[in-house]
Amino acid sequence: MKLLHPVTGGALAILFLFPLLWSGYASVRTADGFGLENYARLFTDDSGIRLYHVVNSLTVALLTVGGTLLVATLGGYAFGRFSFPGRDALFLVTLAILMVPYATVLIALYVLLGWIGLEDSLVGLSLVLIMFQLPFAIFMMRNSFAAIPPELEESAQVDGASSVGVLTRVLLPAVRPGLVTVALFAFLSSWSEFFAPLILLNSTDRFTLTLAVVNMRTATFGAIDYAALEAGVTLMALPCLLLFVLLQRSYVRGFMSGALRG
Amino acid sequence: MTSVLSRPAAVVRPTAAGRRNPRRRRHALTGMLYAAPTAFMVGAFFVVPLGLVAYMSLHRWPLLGLPTLNAPANYTGLADDRLLRDAAGFTLTYTVIITVLLFASSLGMALLVQRRRRGTGFLRTVFFLPAAVGFASASLLFLGLLSAEIGPFGGVISVSDSGGTALGAAILLVLWRFAGFNMLILLTGLQAVPTEVYEAARLDGANRWQTFTSITLPLMRSTIALVLTLIVTGSLLAFDQFWILTRGGPDNSTTSLVMVVYRKAFIELDLGSAAAVSVALLAVLVVVSLAQLAVLRTRSAP
Repeated sequence: MKLLHPVTGGALAILFLFPLLWSGYASVRTADGFGLENYARLFTDDSGIRLYHVVNSLTVALLTVGGTLLVATLGGYAFGRFSFPGRDALFLVTLAILMVPYATVLIALYVLLGWIGLEDSLVGLSLVLIMFQLPFAIFMMRNSFAAIPPELEESAQVDGASSVGVLTRVLLPAVRPGLVTVALFAFLSSWSEFFAPLILLNSTDRFTLTLAVVNMRTATFGAIDYAALEAGVTLMALPCLLLFVLLQRSYVRGFMSGALRG
Repeated sequence: MTSVLSRPAAVVRPTAAGRRNPRRRRHALTGMLYAAPTAFMVGAFFVVPLGLVAYMSLHRWPLLGLPTLNAPANYTGLADDRLLRDAAGFTLTYTVIITVLLFASSLGMALLVQRRRRGTGFLRTVFFLPAAVGFASASLLFLGLLSAEIGPFGGVISVSDSGGTALGAAILLVLWRFAGFNMLILLTGLQAVPTEVYEAARLDGANRWQTFTSITLPLMRSTIALVLTLIVTGSLLAFDQFWILTRGGPDNSTTSLVMVVYRKAFIELDLGSAAAVSVALLAVLVVVSLAQLAVLRTRSAP
């Protein structure tokens, strides 16, 4: 058993890393060695992507992260540290979102966003993405707030701090691992979301990076430019991998203690 | 996620009870104020669409133009829809295969990195890394990886050849992308088993296999139920991988249920039928989730 571990482990590590390393390699390999030609082609070909696709993805990701943090922090604070009529009912309905995967209600959301004048818009897409982040995010923030000892809050109140003051200066620093986890999760899923933008966005100039790159594959009926495609994949995956590795410590800690306690 | 069922550990309770206590009322009002954005988001973008999709399924609902009531034509139409039947069969086959393979590999990986030894931290990160990559990106990555044009295997598996090889490619892709994520959840379950239980079993002379089947697995029941539910619901909603690898072909042999929803809505421009398929799919998913809750409840009962 002791001997098996390094061999099995090593082989598995190579197996899991190989596709990622290969994609990076394929994206810089050219006819005569290595270079960034595939990336240049990705950005200049007619069926390729444009800088505004990257900007669109960033916009959606930042709106989603910001919105999720705002709603989930306030909601988690309310659920974790207040009692009010309807609290448990609202919490249960929020968690029920987990049972209703978004693919089944996107048709209705498409119609709904049309009614409120948010069809084919990055803001509309972000609102939908925020909503689907909420069960995980609120659950995480509620547990984070509930784990803070009441004495911490009471002593700040005795010192004369207002309710908002207690929240921003005492409680928020205490729930930081939860906030980082929620933010990272919201970024990873909104940056690389595919199905929701496919349904909710129509104009190519509003396409997100993921949608634009996938479109390169589905729009071609002849030969697919695989090398440019891998450049696109690398562009999509790189920010996610970097963020994940940089924030791994708080992410895994928050994930394990906050979401899956018990 | 098992503590969904438990109440928050600490809730600030007002000291003096009493209906007209102004402090208590202010406390409740403040709480409601903080919960208001959540209530708005959940109401406007979840509860309303849920009602709307049911309402839509009872109407002839063209992409452009006014909807007209036609209940229950959308549902009766589904019964003799050949594409839908094939898609249901394919999605079910895929779900069964993926559930078995993904669960077995996730559990195996969790057991491999369960105890802290040199290199387990690195291995856990490596296993989880694909989960950080978007599913659509991962699908495109495998499209290139398995292609004859630039793939290192010289097109051993060509995804456009037949439904069988496309399914094989999708399975490889899903195992790579999701095994680490499920491993992490199983790992938390594994580590929640108290070490004293293992020691007691060792004293009783139980071997490794007996310990695993009669202690580890039963004590991990709720975690296993959670992981299985995630895998089953995820597979029943399969879309990205088949849309990107095969576009549902060849001859619709890899068309999944969600792809039928998409096609009905945006290619056939029939939102009513798309909503009917959604409602049917929704019913199945709710049953699966409730079954999971039932398993969790059984464990919590004394």
